Amino acid sequence: MIKFEHVSKKFGKKQVLDDMNFEIPDGQFVVLIGLSGCGKTTTLKMINRLIEPDEGRIYIDGKDIEKVDKVELRRQIGYVIQQIGLFPNMTVAENICVVPKLLKYDKESRDRIVHEMLDMVNMPYDEYAHKYPSEMSGGQQQRIGVLRAFAASPPIVLMDEPFGALDPMTRETLQDEIKKLQKKLNKTIVFVTHDMGEALKLADTIIFMEDGKIVQMAPPETMLENPANDNIRRFLGKHMNDDAVTLTVEDFMRTNIITVDKHRGVRECTERMARTGVDTLLVVDESDKYIGTVSIKDIRLRGKNEKLIEALITDNAKTVRRDGDAHECFDHLLNSGDNYVVVLNNDDTIAGIVTKNSMAKALSDTLWGDER
Amino acid sequence: MTKFFEIYGQMLLRAIITHLEYVAISVSVGFVIGLALGILLSRIPKWSTFIMPLVSIFQTIPGIVFIGVLFLYLGMKPITVIIALSVYAMFPVLKNTYTGILEVDEGLKEAAKGCGMSQFQSLFRVELPLAFPNVIAGLRLATIYTVSWAVLAAMIGLGGLGDFIYQGVSANDNTLIIAGAIPAAVIAVALGALIDRLQKLVTPRGMRRGAAQ
Repeated sequence: MIKFEHVSKKFGKKQVLDDMNFEIPDGQFVVLIGLSGCGKTTTLKMINRLIEPDEGRIYIDGKDIEKVDKVELRRQIGYVIQQIGLFPNMTVAENICVVPKLLKYDKESRDRIVHEMLDMVNMPYDEYAHKYPSEMSGGQQQRIGVLRAFAASPPIVLMDEPFGALDPMTRETLQDEIKKLQKKLNKTIVFVTHDMGEALKLADTIIFMEDGKIVQMAPPETMLENPANDNIRRFLGKHMNDDAVTLTVEDFMRTNIITVDKHRGVRECTERMARTGVDTLLVVDESDKYIGTVSIKDIRLRGKNEKLIEALITDNAKTVRRDGDAHECFDHLLNSGDNYVVVLNNDDTIAGIVTKNSMAKALSDTLWGDER
Repeated sequence: MTKFFEIYGQMLLRAIITHLEYVAISVSVGFVIGLALGILLSRIPKWSTFIMPLVSIFQTIPGIVFIGVLFLYLGMKPITVIIALSVYAMFPVLKNTYTGILEVDEGLKEAAKGCGMSQFQSLFRVELPLAFPNVIAGLRLATIYTVSWAVLAAMIGLGGLGDFIYQGVSANDNTLIIAGAIPAAVIAVALGALIDRLQKLVTPRGMRRGAAQ
């Protein structure tokens, strides 16, 4: 158990922490969140005494950490930083074993630890143990950074924005892994982030800080239901359920589609399909109104004796208006097995199509921002 | 040519050996002291802010002046030359060690501390190994400089390749000057290459150029 009692800290004139009081029970995943400068990192670094409080006391399992030797204390607490901080002069195996070596574990147990650790994140020992950090990707490096913190099986692990510098996909994977590790090894983790999505995903308890004070300390669900002030509400932003927003089809459609006039020849259409790599064309009439589709299957089955595609048009593709409810459209795509839904403007001309792909892309843009 | 070697061959060989002795001893002494002082200064950055500029100023005093002053106190002994050369060899090593250690990424220093390394462990397991390429670069500089500075030993009559050069200058004999200058240049280049080779051998794979982050 970690306990802060009236902890305050000033850097120069700035009050960084102002009378902090809280308790973290064993085995909890606690996330410290807030704007930069709110004191979250300072709070974290006080736990392993990288920063000392001006006033107040910090206890770990009832022991005042001021009375414990700093170096000894840090060996009992795992630490992961944003810059990863793997030592470039050491191999992966040596990096993982930094703390076990400091604690004078013998060679055999160190080897066993490296095997176990790499196993846990599915990185084959033979492939990775003797690589140097510079020979791996950022995501792989931070995996090792995390393993290094867990190697000597400390009961507490501190993480200072560990995934902040990674791309969204890698971040996601590492978040899943860390959550799994924490559950499996039953550690107390204190985790600093400014990403509310990350906090909601990982935390058992979220501590929201502002100007060196705790504004709210609560499980994610409670915070979502009852944010203590407007800043928290702003932080929660898109993660809160807001019933007013209904997404429409046009948010999810793709617009660069291939249409063809109904008076075109069959040969021409097959060539176009081959060239653009699609199996269906959308057919329009003289005034650009949608009339149906023609697919390669129809052409193969019935197209031998036809010159024009007009006779091959079918109109069993589902159509929706561009301001229609996206939800319904998704359900249709997911349940019917259709590959696409045709989106029409109000004058029956074609606006675009929604596919599973365009749907997934639009969803990822909303979730992680349009980064491409 | 053959005639030259008949007359001067023995002498030249002796001069080269003396020269190499001066270089080997002074660079070794300078390296050890420079490394130690560099490490020490990196531990007390507060002092370093005014010690390092002093070092730089001292370094600009011409070697000839320094040897001259030492000569007055210590007399015409090899130790005079060795002390002077060691002091000069020390500077590049000291500076490079100091900056090398200071330039180690803050994140790595914090990681070392956060893992529970003592100051001492952080220095020897992380900071010094990472500063090592810099230290060796300092050693290389010191060696090459010392080869040319050792020429000054002849000024107070203590031999080395400088003998040939001074004699050549005073006798207006270009052959003698070249006989001193060429071996000195060859020694400088050869020792430089040797140290480069050494550096490649001792740098771990993860830290070689191009592999560094």
